[in-house]
Amino acid sequence: MNYYPYFVAGWLLLIGSLGIVRSRNLVHGVVSLAVAQAGTYVLLLAVGYQRNAPAPVFGSTKKPSTNVVDPVVQALTLTDIVVSATVTALLLALAMQIAKRHGTVDPDELRALEG
Amino acid sequence: MNRGVRHLVFLFGGGLVAVLFVLGALGMPKFGSSNHPYRDRSVHAAAEHQTPNVVAAVNFDQRGFDTLGEESIFFASVIGAAALLRPSKEEREERQESGGGLRDVMASTRFAGYVLLPLTLLVGLDVVAHGHITPGGGFQGGVVLATGFHVLYVAGRYETLEKVRPVALFENGEVLGALGFAGLGFAGIAISGSFLSNMIPVGGWGSFLSAGTVEVLNFAVGIEVACGVIVLLSHFFEQAIRLRDRGQAQS
Repeated sequence: MNYYPYFVAGWLLLIGSLGIVRSRNLVHGVVSLAVAQAGTYVLLLAVGYQRNAPAPVFGSTKKPSTNVVDPVVQALTLTDIVVSATVTALLLALAMQIAKRHGTVDPDELRALEG
Repeated sequence: MNRGVRHLVFLFGGGLVAVLFVLGALGMPKFGSSNHPYRDRSVHAAAEHQTPNVVAAVNFDQRGFDTLGEESIFFASVIGAAALLRPSKEEREERQESGGGLRDVMASTRFAGYVLLPLTLLVGLDVVAHGHITPGGGFQGGVVLATGFHVLYVAGRYETLEKVRPVALFENGEVLGALGFAGLGFAGIAISGSFLSNMIPVGGWGSFLSAGTVEVLNFAVGIEVACGVIVLLSHFFEQAIRLRDRGQAQS
């Protein structure tokens, strides 16, 4: 169990990449990229985790103590998710335009570059 | 490159990554251990600036400059998607009712939508406003705010959503949010000599007016994210609902 979450993160990265490589549909490729990116969330949160420690948010009754999970990696994960969501939107927009212009969303059928 | 070659390349590259990843992971500190040097420092720094939500303190105070960069990625992505989703020459916007104009929506769904709209907007505002003292913040609250508007689409018709959502206004709002963030950064230079420094008095622990710039930056990001998501979704909606090919529109 000591390293298990790290391996889950690596597994997500690789299975997502495999999805992109095997993709026959651009939308499927974009979703595969999101899966690969989910690996980074798992990795970041696993790095910051501490057993039996609460969230790094204090209150008027809960005084600051360092016995919490790591807030730095949580902040990184937060911005990671925001960026991932918008980049996914951008890629889906690209896929839509490709479908309109070429009439296909199969990456293997997109051969010629257009200038 | 045909599929077979591509799979071979991936097998080689992915296998290499897997081996290196396992070796690297085995050299990491054990999962769940209590040794987090950055945690200790950031909690200490957040307490100094009276910010109970340490994640917000990290994002907007300790590494505000990075957040400006990430915010710019968000900004650029929305602009990029908007540019890509412009109607092309072969398409035209269809304003009149086309086919299934009035969707069959159950009265209860419609009612739930009208109840949920103000409720969701309120929750979104709350999440943004208390981002420095409770879990939440500009990014999360902004998404909740943007989602709130789209309850109207689920509950009613696209036209209703369009009425309460003037896209041009939200485009300006997005720019305003991004400008606000950068402006506060430059104000930091003017007042205390460093970009995005926390130059507003930090107030008392846990009170609403505390944490200095963290709260103001939360609002800037909240506005930008809410407006950005609305603009983004509006372009996808246009594509799906309004645009028809010139040829088939007449049918």
